Amino acid sequence: MLTTEEILETIKMVQEENLDIRTITMGISLRDCSDADHKVACSKIYDKITRMAGSLVKTGDEIAREYGMPIVNKRISVTPIALVAEASTAENYLEYALALEKAAAAVGVNFIGGFSALVHKGFTEGDSRLVESIPLALSSTERVCASVNVATSRAGINMDAIAMISRVIKKTAELTSENDSIGCAKLVVFANVPEDNPFMAGAFHGIGEPDCVINTGVSGPGVVKSAIKKAGSADLGALSETIKKTAFKVTRMGELVGRTAAKRLGVPFGIVDVSLAPTPAIGDSVAEILEEMGLERCGAPGSTAALALLNDAVKKGGAMASSYVGGLSGAFIPVSEDAGMINAVNVGALTIEKLEAMTAVCSVGLDMIAIPGDTPVETIAAIIADEAAIGVFNHKTTAVRIIPAAGKKVGDQVVFGGLLGRAPIMAVNKFSAEKFIRRGGRIPAPIHSLRN
Amino acid sequence: MNRLKDLSGDGGGNRVVITVIGPDRVGIIAAVSTVLAENGINILDINQTIMQEFFVMVLVADMNNASIDLITLKDLLDSKGEELKMRIDAQHEDVFNYMHRI
Repeated sequence: MLTTEEILETIKMVQEENLDIRTITMGISLRDCSDADHKVACSKIYDKITRMAGSLVKTGDEIAREYGMPIVNKRISVTPIALVAEASTAENYLEYALALEKAAAAVGVNFIGGFSALVHKGFTEGDSRLVESIPLALSSTERVCASVNVATSRAGINMDAIAMISRVIKKTAELTSENDSIGCAKLVVFANVPEDNPFMAGAFHGIGEPDCVINTGVSGPGVVKSAIKKAGSADLGALSETIKKTAFKVTRMGELVGRTAAKRLGVPFGIVDVSLAPTPAIGDSVAEILEEMGLERCGAPGSTAALALLNDAVKKGGAMASSYVGGLSGAFIPVSEDAGMINAVNVGALTIEKLEAMTAVCSVGLDMIAIPGDTPVETIAAIIADEAAIGVFNHKTTAVRIIPAAGKKVGDQVVFGGLLGRAPIMAVNKFSAEKFIRRGGRIPAPIHSLRN
Repeated sequence: MNRLKDLSGDGGGNRVVITVIGPDRVGIIAAVSTVLAENGINILDINQTIMQEFFVMVLVADMNNASIDLITLKDLLDSKGEELKMRIDAQHEDVFNYMHRI
């Protein structure tokens, strides 16, 4: 039996605490679109995406209205383009990116992910061409997102790939300098990348996935913060319990919306990504959750412990709510997309080093961090290598989405608008890692026993 | 605690929860129930309360014999809400069952 209180609780979550479904992402396999002639391949890609996702946006909007649950984004992820484009003789893969952009615009989605390559153990010819095409692809399109997996716990860390992608990041920043280097906001470097992640910019449709699938990503930092506030001076065990219950409710919405969308679109339901995904909106912040837990500012000593508790409780509550939890599933701590994180940086509470420590206990990694445009390529590579090491040696996903904002220095900020937000330029350690990065090679996979 | 009718039994799974929130005034129930009656929507349960001087009404209705769909009903209730200066929303019952029941 439902009670009036329960009904009003749900309505309050949506209307006052920013509860929403962050994304319905349709994963589409493009493996059947390969062709020796890249023009033929691109036309097959356009046709398949528009055929499969033609009613995605309309269906999403209808479900949002019927359930009174906002669905913020409708998006598409595709097979890593390096795998699809490799059969062609094209010198670079810009045309593939343009085909994705055109298809995304035609079906009305705001992002399409999968301009990607998996190079954790090495490059094929297609992988190299794709990675080299990223700067031009991201500066010539609005909706296309790129990602590269450079490390796994089974293969180790491909340091040559990290060096290469760091040059690509710098070049992308320069090519999009007129827009505060926004190209880099659409490029993620992963370790242990999940193949069913619905969140951008790192989404792609993995090779073990079916032809087409619906994945959803939930949100809800505002709901969690409000629940913690209500818990008053409860001890940390009780707080964990509160967060679990809240995460359960939030995840159930993702499950309901995902299953309904999949049914109406006639494709299988994949997973719910149980993530706390902040937005720049007031009250929709992961940093503010940590502050509500009792930290003066996010980044203060205690932040890693508080985040660990939060992340674990979200997973426990989420896992109970859905049989198929996947993707990144955890708390996101992007700087530019979270008003509390931005404030914490501005008052000097939060540094890149503290963020790095926090990524050891939560999902994703150094996300949406703007650094000075003159940061050396080797330093960017070293930051990525550190983050990859955390992921590989702790058997979890980590990622880096870093913006070396062309022409900007500490004290300036970049402004992207919308969900991408704005970011203060953060200081980077001045000491060099050049010799270390120049060595190249692959850091071997960690031992899987003797765990300490 | 105000308990509403058990929604978990059978009944076609086509029920909606209508919530009306706003300052109290004459004729709220009449206005909402007229919209429902005109479109063949059967009211199963009504529960109303005053919370912090706001009138809160939760109404469960069956749309199995409705002459309109949920989206159209929402539009009708939206404009009725504007007229009454209240917030009227209709949502499929699944939202609440999913969130609050295992």
